[in-house]
Amino acid sequence: MPEAPPDDPPALYVEHVDVTYGRAVSALRDVSLTVPHGRVVALLGANGAGKSTLLRAVSGTLRLHRGAITAGRVRYGGTVLDGRDPVAAVRAGVVQVPEGRRVFAGLTVDENLRSGGLGLGRRGPAQTAEARDRVFTLFPRLAERSRQAAGLLSGGEQQMLAIGRALMAAPRLLLLDEPSLGLAPLMVDRIAEVVREIHAQGTAVLLVEQNAGMALSLADHAHVLETGEVRLSGPASDLAGTDAVRRLYLGEEGAA
Amino acid sequence: MTGLLDDLLGGLALGAVYALVALGFVVIFKASGVLSFAHGSLLLFGGYLIAVLHDDLGFAGALAVAVLATALLAGALDRLLLQRGDPGPGAAHVQTIVTIGVDIVLLTELSRRIGGDLLPLGDPWGDAVTGLGPVTVADSRLAAIVVSAVSIASVFALFRYTRWGLSLRAAGEDVEAAALMGVRLSRVRTLAWCLAGGLAALAAVFLAAFPAPGLERTTGQIALKAFPAAVLGGMASPVGALAGSLLIGLTEALVAGHQSELSLLGEGFADVAPYAVMVLVLLVRPTGLFGTRGAARV
Repeated sequence: MPEAPPDDPPALYVEHVDVTYGRAVSALRDVSLTVPHGRVVALLGANGAGKSTLLRAVSGTLRLHRGAITAGRVRYGGTVLDGRDPVAAVRAGVVQVPEGRRVFAGLTVDENLRSGGLGLGRRGPAQTAEARDRVFTLFPRLAERSRQAAGLLSGGEQQMLAIGRALMAAPRLLLLDEPSLGLAPLMVDRIAEVVREIHAQGTAVLLVEQNAGMALSLADHAHVLETGEVRLSGPASDLAGTDAVRRLYLGEEGAA
Repeated sequence: MTGLLDDLLGGLALGAVYALVALGFVVIFKASGVLSFAHGSLLLFGGYLIAVLHDDLGFAGALAVAVLATALLAGALDRLLLQRGDPGPGAAHVQTIVTIGVDIVLLTELSRRIGGDLLPLGDPWGDAVTGLGPVTVADSRLAAIVVSAVSIASVFALFRYTRWGLSLRAAGEDVEAAALMGVRLSRVRTLAWCLAGGLAALAAVFLAAFPAPGLERTTGQIALKAFPAAVLGGMASPVGALAGSLLIGLTEALVAGHQSELSLLGEGFADVAPYAVMVLVLLVRPTGLFGTRGAARV
């Protein structure tokens, strides 16, 4: 792949990336994908296919799992992200919402939101308040509960808080890891709406999902990971039409 | 009656000093998951510096230098030794064992220097006492209560109102989520070690002040009594450490005050009482007074 010049607004480039855990277990092999500025890209795949590993490679958290990028390159525009710590990604504008929400249960909703801005260095109270107001406009529920401990929120509210917390860092690319996991169908619709709204405000989204129906309805482009390799790539509407995706991920013609 | 008041005040002062040490245990545990067995010798290090320096710098100057130096030593220990190791899961256990080694090295060197001496720290209270209604209290104990209260309140304010405090509490809840928010984990935990070191040096002052005869090489072992205080408070809870310390301090003072009536339990039960209280509390509440069940991730 030729050296692309730094672009603005930037895109995320994952180029021929290999990831290994514990120097032995290969989790990703030669994975490449691009998330253009302002687009929604879906990443589909079964459990263990490497979806979360790919997000860790981008957000810089592989080290916490004894993993490492052993080949290839991850960059956001001109900023190289592989081999850097998570702060580098946050500073570059790439923020991940972790799988399973992972809100800080013992902290209040408000403190959770404030923690979302910790990666940006010192910010004035006015900037923090402005970012918080944007989150509250998107999630009025959180405003009502801002003094409550986050652990007391319902699953759906916690997912909203997890997304809101990430938005506090004013990301240009949001990495969403299974936002629909374990939520009631009504709440899944609400999350989909939120992703649409975030997208409409100009933020790019890399959406990792097992709920392929939801993901493909939101995304412009999609990739399917299978045992650590990209098996299929294409426009979301095309992928939704392919037999393999319909059979494996949309549950038609009997579940896989 | 005055006997009881005496014991209560003495227990309060003792508990306040334990709280300085226990808070250090808790801050370190929250930030790094490590049980610092080196805390006793860090305390002794701080005390020793004050003992050596107070002639030249005056008590206040020596105290300032000692607090700073102990904070730096604790921070360096974390940064240069503990964080160098393998960062994977289970690292905290390895690092806990490393602190045992550090404790042995530090304690051996400090014991060699102190020998059998009792070192005065040159504190301004001496053996003066103040009459408070029916009871007379050593000034050093009043100072212990006031200084501890102010220090502990400041630490709690740090937790609540600073970015470092928020980072520490977030990392204490979920390390990976905090990392994803851009919290610089290694900086947060090194600062936590520094804070704990500074508090330990401060505690050394009151452990060596009247009615104690001075700093001796075993002074650091008193940190071990703050350990049950931290554990019965819930280990990761600063409020719990405070409550636990007061409970331990009061227990010890009351048991010592009623030694004659408790002769059935043998001489010197006051030294064992903190552990007895810890075991009793843990029997009823296995996670400690303010603890939460450790959530293990699958």
